[in-house]
Amino acid sequence: MTPELAGNQVVIEVLYLIASALFILSLKWMSSPTTARHGIWAGEIGMLLAICGTLLHHGIIDYRLIAIALVLGTIIGVPLGRVQMTAVPQRTALSHAFGALCVTLVGSAEFYLRSPDISRFMMSVLSIEVILGGLTFTGSLMAAGKLQEILPQRPLTYKGQNFVNFLLLALALSIAIYLVLHPGTKMLFPFMIGIALLFGVLLIIPIGGADMPTVISLLNSYAGLSAAAMGFVLDSKLLIIAGALDGSSGMILSIIMSKAMNRSFTNVLFGAFGQVQTSSKAGEEAKAVRSATAEEAAAILSAANKVIIVPGYGMAVAQAQHKVRELYDGLTKRGVEVKFAIHPVAGRMPGHMNVLLAEADIPYDRLVEMDEINGDFPQTDVALVIGANDVTNPAARNDASSPIYGMPILDVDRAHTVMVIKRSMSPGFAGIDNPLYYLDNNLMLFGDAKAFVGSIVRELGAGH
Amino acid sequence: MASSSNLINALFIFMLAGFIGFEVIRRVSPLLHTPLMSLTNALDAIAVVGAIVLVGEHKSSLSAILGFIAVVAATSNIVGGFIITDRMLRMFKSSRPAPKP
Repeated sequence: MTPELAGNQVVIEVLYLIASALFILSLKWMSSPTTARHGIWAGEIGMLLAICGTLLHHGIIDYRLIAIALVLGTIIGVPLGRVQMTAVPQRTALSHAFGALCVTLVGSAEFYLRSPDISRFMMSVLSIEVILGGLTFTGSLMAAGKLQEILPQRPLTYKGQNFVNFLLLALALSIAIYLVLHPGTKMLFPFMIGIALLFGVLLIIPIGGADMPTVISLLNSYAGLSAAAMGFVLDSKLLIIAGALDGSSGMILSIIMSKAMNRSFTNVLFGAFGQVQTSSKAGEEAKAVRSATAEEAAAILSAANKVIIVPGYGMAVAQAQHKVRELYDGLTKRGVEVKFAIHPVAGRMPGHMNVLLAEADIPYDRLVEMDEINGDFPQTDVALVIGANDVTNPAARNDASSPIYGMPILDVDRAHTVMVIKRSMSPGFAGIDNPLYYLDNNLMLFGDAKAFVGSIVRELGAGH
Repeated sequence: MASSSNLINALFIFMLAGFIGFEVIRRVSPLLHTPLMSLTNALDAIAVVGAIVLVGEHKSSLSAILGFIAVVAATSNIVGGFIITDRMLRMFKSSRPAPKP
């Protein structure tokens, strides 16, 4: 090596070192909304330094092709950054797919460049990289399709599903092991990738919409781990660090999400939740339900001192967040204290409700997490549930036979009055009956979330 | 020999980064879980560096084509990820007036 090249190499490594530090700082600053935007700058500068450093790499001869690819990526990336806030879950799933695609393609290219001269360790991590990358790619595309409602949101199950999945995974791993021992067998490699891609599709087929927060987090984690494996293959410390950060972030979110549903990872992936108990008890419908009009609801709300609003996926579907903001304004003006109770799995991805409400200009200090707000419900005059169902179901607390028994819920039933905005009495996504609706302190407000909140706002204005 | 000590180094780095990741992310406010995911997604697209080298070195047509697609995919994640994270974080406002810097 000439000293000049070695010098170049040192510059590159130092740039990567600074980039790694900036990435860690970037995530550290995400701890609070007041510092979070510094986090983006740190991330952007780190990324820029890393890319510039890479361009100094002495082996690079073709800059034109790189430039075209960077420009093309930017052209695709800008609209993906400008999607509507309601489309954020599917955009996130799509970006997991892109990340995994990148990792899988680089892994494949490295295999064909190096085969048959690949050490056993290298071939093992390379296999992990492309199997994880491949299944994350198709799995995330499936998740994005379900969230965008191109694909059916309900879980698709068939007999022997888990057996087929395990068989496929075992097959992919056997090929990987064979390749580790015989890295020259190039013809087997496409089969390994193909099976990983198929496995990703089959893994997401049985997942229902309500499980999406956990699944998106899990795919996030896989995308990170496959990038870390790529770091091992390329001997890039920067990639290992970025991959490990992303992997642990996805892992923590998956743990939080599964805890919030009282379920294990394996249960989410192999349980096909949506199929359970399609309300077998027909006698339930005879139970009395009290309903109220928008006028009555407005009267009750304006007489209250403390109101807690509980948003759910239904609010996102109806795009009701801006009407909810008007309601918040109207009530606050009358001196009513309004807070929002956010269940960790409300919506379709971690933090989904917070983003929608922040978009509608509701101050973030009004958004309170489940554990903090549950103690407030007994002193609350009105709990207004908008488009949330299972996360308010008291059966999770007191009915051991319920499929969601043990899941932590928002204790809305302990408020003096509960009002639930809902289209009809049909059970929610998971098909579980909600005994909350038959309680004496519960009022049903039948209608579309956006329209109904809108009429409450009008009634509040009229009475003023 | 060199490769096995590289491997051990790499494993140490992975282990340390994993622990740092857990400790740092554990402190992220649940309020910001969605922007956190889009930010880590953008940072994870640092995989673009491996793809850039593949395209630039142009060792074979296959590696250049695969690398090209990989650079496009990763760059779109970097650009899109940072834009949307920034848009989301801009929306988070406190009801108390922000202290002017």
